[in-house]
Amino acid sequence: MSLALIAALPFIGALLPGLMIRAGRNVCASLTFATTALALIGLMMNAPAVLWRGEVVTEGWEWLPQIGLNVTFMLDGLGFLFATMILGIGLLIITYARFYLSKTDPMGNFYTYLLLFQGAMVGIVLSDNILLLLIFWELTSLSSFLLIGYWKHLPEGRQGARMALTVTGLGGLAMIGGMLILGQIVGSYDISVIIQSGDLIRSSDLYLPALILILLGAFTKSAQFPFHFWLPHAMAAPTPVSAYLHSATMVKAGLFLMARLWPALSGTPEWFWIVSTAGLITMVLGAVIALFKDDLKALLAFSTVSHLGLITMLLGFGTEYAATAAVFHIINHATFKAALFMTAGIVDHEAHTRNIRLLGGLRKLMPVTFLIGTIAALSMAGIPLFNGFLSKEMMLEAAHEEGTWFTVLATIGAIFSVAYSFRFIVHTFLGPVRDDYPHKPHDPGFGMWVSPAILVVMVLVIGLFPAQTVGHFVDVVASAVTGGEIHTHLALWHGVTAALIMSGIAVGVGIVILAFQRSLAPIWDNARRPEAKAMFDWVIHRAAKGANELTDALHDGAISRYLGIFTTVILVYGAWAFAGGEFSQGTRPLLPIGPVEVVFFALLMAASLGVVLTHRMRFVSLIVISICGLVVSMTFVQFSAPDLALTQLTVEVVTIILLLLALNYLPKETPVESSGARRLRDGVIALATGGGVGMLAYAILTRDMSLPTIADYHVENSYIGGGGTNVVNVILVDFRGFDTMGEITVLGIAALVIFAIVEGLLQGPASRRLANWVPDMAQARDRHPLMMVVATRVALPIALVVGMYIFLRGHNQPGGGFIAGLVVAIALLMQYMASGFAFSQARQKVAYHGMISAGVLVAVLTGTASVVLGWNFLTSTNFHVHIWPLDDIHLASAAAFDLGVFLAVVGAVMLALASLSRIGRRAGEGINLTPMDVDPSAANPVGGVDMSRDLNPEDR
Amino acid sequence: MEILVATAIGAMTASGIYLLLRLRTFPVVLGLAMLSYAVNVFIFASGRLVAGAPPILGELERTTDPLPQALVLTAIVISFGMTALVVILALGAYLNAGTDAIDIEKPGEQPETGR
Repeated sequence: MSLALIAALPFIGALLPGLMIRAGRNVCASLTFATTALALIGLMMNAPAVLWRGEVVTEGWEWLPQIGLNVTFMLDGLGFLFATMILGIGLLIITYARFYLSKTDPMGNFYTYLLLFQGAMVGIVLSDNILLLLIFWELTSLSSFLLIGYWKHLPEGRQGARMALTVTGLGGLAMIGGMLILGQIVGSYDISVIIQSGDLIRSSDLYLPALILILLGAFTKSAQFPFHFWLPHAMAAPTPVSAYLHSATMVKAGLFLMARLWPALSGTPEWFWIVSTAGLITMVLGAVIALFKDDLKALLAFSTVSHLGLITMLLGFGTEYAATAAVFHIINHATFKAALFMTAGIVDHEAHTRNIRLLGGLRKLMPVTFLIGTIAALSMAGIPLFNGFLSKEMMLEAAHEEGTWFTVLATIGAIFSVAYSFRFIVHTFLGPVRDDYPHKPHDPGFGMWVSPAILVVMVLVIGLFPAQTVGHFVDVVASAVTGGEIHTHLALWHGVTAALIMSGIAVGVGIVILAFQRSLAPIWDNARRPEAKAMFDWVIHRAAKGANELTDALHDGAISRYLGIFTTVILVYGAWAFAGGEFSQGTRPLLPIGPVEVVFFALLMAASLGVVLTHRMRFVSLIVISICGLVVSMTFVQFSAPDLALTQLTVEVVTIILLLLALNYLPKETPVESSGARRLRDGVIALATGGGVGMLAYAILTRDMSLPTIADYHVENSYIGGGGTNVVNVILVDFRGFDTMGEITVLGIAALVIFAIVEGLLQGPASRRLANWVPDMAQARDRHPLMMVVATRVALPIALVVGMYIFLRGHNQPGGGFIAGLVVAIALLMQYMASGFAFSQARQKVAYHGMISAGVLVAVLTGTASVVLGWNFLTSTNFHVHIWPLDDIHLASAAAFDLGVFLAVVGAVMLALASLSRIGRRAGEGINLTPMDVDPSAANPVGGVDMSRDLNPEDR
Repeated sequence: MEILVATAIGAMTASGIYLLLRLRTFPVVLGLAMLSYAVNVFIFASGRLVAGAPPILGELERTTDPLPQALVLTAIVISFGMTALVVILALGAYLNAGTDAIDIEKPGEQPETGR
C-alpha cells in the first residue's frame, strides 16, 4: 500500500468515530480498530521489500519545492519498526480503551483524538522530508495535548496537558531551527540525503548549534533530564492514553529522531557527552524517583523516564553495538511497558485506587492480572527468560566498554530498576488479602486483559527465542539506524561476562533496597529537593505576568496616544528616509497659476484651518469641511478629471447629510479637555506631518515619471478592447473590474454592518437612552415645508432621468455606475428629507439589502458569463444594437457590470441613511402619513401627522 | 500651480492629523474625512497635474493618466463607506456609554479636565 495512504488513513479515519458516536460505542471502537488495522495491513504489504529484500521504499511528490518542502515518504527498517509499534500497539490500546472508558466519557472524541495522534506519529516515522516531519511532529504535540487533557473536568488533566504541550512545543520550536540549519548545511531537506552527508555536517561550523537545537526537540519529547518533569504530570490522562503515549509512541518520537539522524550527527565528542550524559542522568534519576512513588502510574511514569534515558544513553555512545542494543530495547520496552500500564489501569479500574499503600494481596483476587503484571515487571527488572533481560545485558555491556563511571552508574540504575519493578509486584499483588480496598477487586473481562496478555506472550517468546523471533528484524533496523551492515547474535546465554556480573549485583542489591523501601520512604519524602512543577508554574506565571504588563503598558486604551505614536513613527521614518537620499529640484515644466486657482486655493486653506478652529462647534465645522470637499471637486475639474469631480461632489452631499443626521444624536459641542501643552504638541505633530506630505507631493509633482507608465496601454486599448471612450470608466468596469467588484462588495458590507450596529443599538442601554431622548437644539415647527416637498417631488423624475443618462453615457463620456448611483441616491434622499421617512418608506418597494446583493450578484454573474463563454473572468465584449426608431446604440457587456455597481451603490448609501432614520424613530420622531405637516387643500389644514411631539415637547 | 496643490495637500493633512488626535469622536470623524480628501488628492496628483486633457478618447490630442483617476474614484466611494461606518460606531458608542470620549479611562482615574 502507498506510504502516503498509510499515513493518511488514521487522519481520514479520525472523522468516523466523532461522527458515528450516535451509532454506539462498539461501532466507534470497531471503526477505529478497522482504520488502524487497514493501515497496519498496508504497512505489512511493504514488509517483504523492507525486511527481506533490504529495499528502502520511497514515494512522494513536490509540494513547495522552492523552500525544499516536499511530500516525500520513506520506509526503511527503522520506520518500519516504529510504524509497526504505533499501529500494532494502537490496535491493542483501542481494544483496551473500549472496555476501560466509562459510559460517561465521550468515546467518539477519544477515538478521534487517538487516530489524529496515531496519524501524526505514523507521519513522523514515514517522512523523508524533515520539514514534513516537523509538521507531523507539531501535530503530535497538539493531538497529545487533546489526549492528555481528555478528562477536561480534572484540573490535573488540564494542567498536565498544558505542561506537556508547553515543554514539547517549545522543544519543537527549537528543533525547527535545528532542522533548518541542517537543511542549509546539506543543501537538501530530504532525510535520505542528510543521513548520507554525515561528514559534511560534522565538519560544518554550524554543527554544534544544529545539534543542540535538534537535541532540545528530541530531549523534550522523550522526557530527558532536565525536561523529564512533564511526563509524570501527563499521567492525569486516562490509562489507555498513558499506555499508548509512554510505551510506544509520543516519547519514542524523540528516540526515533535521534536514531534517524544517528548517521548524520553521532560520532563526535559533543554528541557523545551531551546525549550519553543526559541519558545516564535521566536513567539513574528516574529509577531512584520511581522507587519512592506510591501511585502505580507515577512509578511507571518514572520508570519510563528511566528507560528512555537508558536508550538515549545507548544512542549517545555512538557505537554500532550500543545502537543495536538501543533498537532492541525500544522493542522490548514497548512490549512490557504497554502491558504494565494496562495492568495498572486494570488495578485502578477494579480496586478504584492505584495507591500502592492501599493495595497488596491482589494475587488471589486477580490471578490473571497478577500473571500478566508479574511477567511484564520481571521483564522490566531484567530477569532472565524475559526480553528485558536481553537488552539490559547489552546495555550493561555497552556501558562497561565506556569506562568505570558508566559501569558504576549504569549498575546503580539497574539496581533501582530491579527494586521498583519488584515493588510493583510485591506491594501490589503479594502479601495478605486486605479488607479495606476502596472497591472489592476481581479480574476484569476478557476484553480488558486480552491486550496486555498478547504483549506478555511476546515478552516471553522474545525472551526465550530472541534470535529466531526478532533477530533478523533487529539486524535490519540496526542497519538502517547505523547505515552499516549489522549481524547481531541475540542469545540468552553469553557466558559469564561483565554484564552478567553487573546484572547479578543489580538483582541482589535491588532486592535488599526493596526490603528497606518502607523505612527509606519517609527520609526520601522529607528530603528537600527542587520541585519541577513549582518551578514550571513559577516560570509560566512570571511569563504571563510580564506579557500582561507589557500589553497593558503598550495598550492603555488611549486611542489618541496610539495615533500620536503611530503618526510620529511614520514621520520620523519619513524624515530618516529623506535625510538618507539626495534632493534636487524637479525638472518638470510647471503649470501657470491663474487668479481663479488662487481664490480656490485660499478658500481651501481657510477651510482647512477653519475646521480646526471651529471643531468645538460641531455644526459649524461640518459646514466648513464641506467647503474643502467642494474645492477638492473643483480641483478635479481643473486637472482633467471630470469623473472624479462628479463623484466627489455627489459623495460630498451624501456624506454631509449622513454626518448631520448622526450629529443630531451626538453632543453638539466639544468640551475643552486637553491642556495647552498637549494642543501644542498635537499641533507640532500635525504641522510636521502636513509639511512632510506636502513636500512629498511637491517633489512628485515637479518630476516626470521615472519609469514608463502603464497608462498608455489603458488609453490605447480602451476603445479596442473595452469598447468605451471614457478610459476611467473602462478601467473601472473592464481592466480593473475585479478591483471594482471587491470595492462594491466592501461598500455593501459596510452598509450591512451599519444596519447591524443600528439593530444592536435599538436594544439595550442605547435604546433606553434614545427612548428618553430630549432634543438639545431648537426644532423647526414645520418639519416638512410645503416648498421643499413640492420641489423635491417635481425634481424626482428629472433626477432619475439624469441618473439614467449619466449611467448610460458613462462608458463613453464622464459618468457611470458609481456617479449615477450616487445621483439617484441623492434624489431619493431628498424625498426622505422633505416628506419624512415613513411617508417615503411606504412608497419604497425594494429592500435596500436586496439591492446591495442584487448589485454584487449582477457584477459577479457578468464576470461569470465570460467564463462560461470561455474567456477570462470579467472579460467584456461590445456590440451595436439598432432598435427602430432609436439611433444606433453601442452596448458593451461591461454595462451590465456597471449596472451591478449602480445597484450596490444606491443600496449601500440608502441602507446607511435609512438605518440612521431608525434611530430617529426610536428617539420619538413623529410619524407622518401625508407628505406635508399641513395639508393646504383640506378644510381643516392639519394633516394626518402625529404632531404631539412637536407641539408639546414638555409633555414627554 | 504645483506648489499650490502640494501646499493644499499638506494643509488638509495637517488639519486631519490634528483633528485625529482630539479626545472626542466627532472631531476624529472629521479628521478622518479631512485625511481622506488629502490622500485622495495625493493619489490623484501622482498622475501629475495636466489641465484640459480629460481621459476621454476622440476629443483631444492627448489625455492625462487615467489610472490614478480610476483608483481615486473608488477610493472616494470607499471613503464614504468608511466615514459612514465610523460615524455610526461613534454614535453607537455614545448612546451605549453616555460619553463620546475616545480614550478608555483606567478605573479610578479621572479624565483630564480642561483649564
